[in-house]
Amino acid sequence: MQTGSTEILNPNDRLNRVELLVSRALRTGVLISAFVIFAGLLLFFAAGDGGYPNNAYPTSFSAILAGTLALKPFAVILAGLVLLILTPVLRVAVSLLTFVLEQDWLYVGISALVLIILLSSFFFGK
Amino acid sequence: MTFLAMKIFLIAIFAGGLGSILGLGGGIVVTPALTLLFGVDIQHAIGASLISVIATSSGAAVAYIRDRITNIRVGMFLEIATTVGAITGAFIGGMISPHSLYIIFGLLLIYSALAMLQKTKQELPGKVALSPAANTLKLQGEYYDKALQQRVPYNVDNVYGSFGVMYGAGVISGLLGIGSGSFKVMAMDIFMKLPLKVSSATSNFMMGVTGAASAAIYLFRGDISPVIAAPVALGVLIGATIGARIMQHLKSKTIRKMFIPVLIYVAVQMILQGLGGK
Repeated sequence: MQTGSTEILNPNDRLNRVELLVSRALRTGVLISAFVIFAGLLLFFAAGDGGYPNNAYPTSFSAILAGTLALKPFAVILAGLVLLILTPVLRVAVSLLTFVLEQDWLYVGISALVLIILLSSFFFGK
Repeated sequence: MTFLAMKIFLIAIFAGGLGSILGLGGGIVVTPALTLLFGVDIQHAIGASLISVIATSSGAAVAYIRDRITNIRVGMFLEIATTVGAITGAFIGGMISPHSLYIIFGLLLIYSALAMLQKTKQELPGKVALSPAANTLKLQGEYYDKALQQRVPYNVDNVYGSFGVMYGAGVISGLLGIGSGSFKVMAMDIFMKLPLKVSSATSNFMMGVTGAASAAIYLFRGDISPVIAAPVALGVLIGATIGARIMQHLKSKTIRKMFIPVLIYVAVQMILQGLGGK
């Protein structure tokens, strides 16, 4: 997949590494979450129900985790969706790390600020 | 049930494709499709559309970032504005009536649709002065345009104006639970004068971050139904992956022509909502 883009990469550009790392991290996150969601959907079609009475589904982190370990279809799907929701957070975190590696302190600060605001908004929402 | 999931899946592929090309979240397709075609209630439709926003963002970003269309610095910097805006929106949501905001932002979209109409013949922004703030923030960049088959270096104008509009876009998404991709593209296209492809890809990139916070809230509130959200997520991921490839081979003029009607549609909807029409 990388071959198509290598000819346009400018070796002097310090952003290159950031971009490749962020892109790879995102791809990994996306593939894992898609796989889990797909597996959950297959389980659901195979079983004919979601594994919970009255078409209910778990809504807390611990219930989703417990249901996933018990291979309940709805819990597996939701676990995949949680992973998908986490991909942008992962993306910010990886950018932060790579800006540290590049010693680009201005953007270390900016990414850290975004990450803090993002994480705090998870708590504000509760 | 399998048949329903299949139909949602197909519509989601379309939503992901359109969203990734235009820099929108796909909520514009997913929400009305789910409520009007499948009779899903609005709460679950918004939940699924938030999943669509994130799937579009992450799905398209894989290719856009690798191919260096996305301007990570611009995105990261402006995310400060959108995330703070989103929290502001969530806070003031209970206190003020959003009617006047709907109208103000609807009019702002009309204005940007008009500004975009004047640029329909223009493939690239041309010569743009590099603003001092953009220089300090190292926002200027370069990408390879696959349609033009040339490198496109670009400067960045009016950082403060764009930051302000982004804050507004964040407030809107916090208040109304929408991705507000149209505002993001507008802020970068009209204010910063970025090439349209860069604006679209960077908007896509940013949407996921704003969407993630809201999506988590919806999920733990029980407003994300697995049966609906699963085919949406998978379909949108596939659509966004395809869209991110197609977009790079499209002329910016073509993308702009697709974007303007969508902009007007969203603007009219917002103004009608502000006037209490719906």
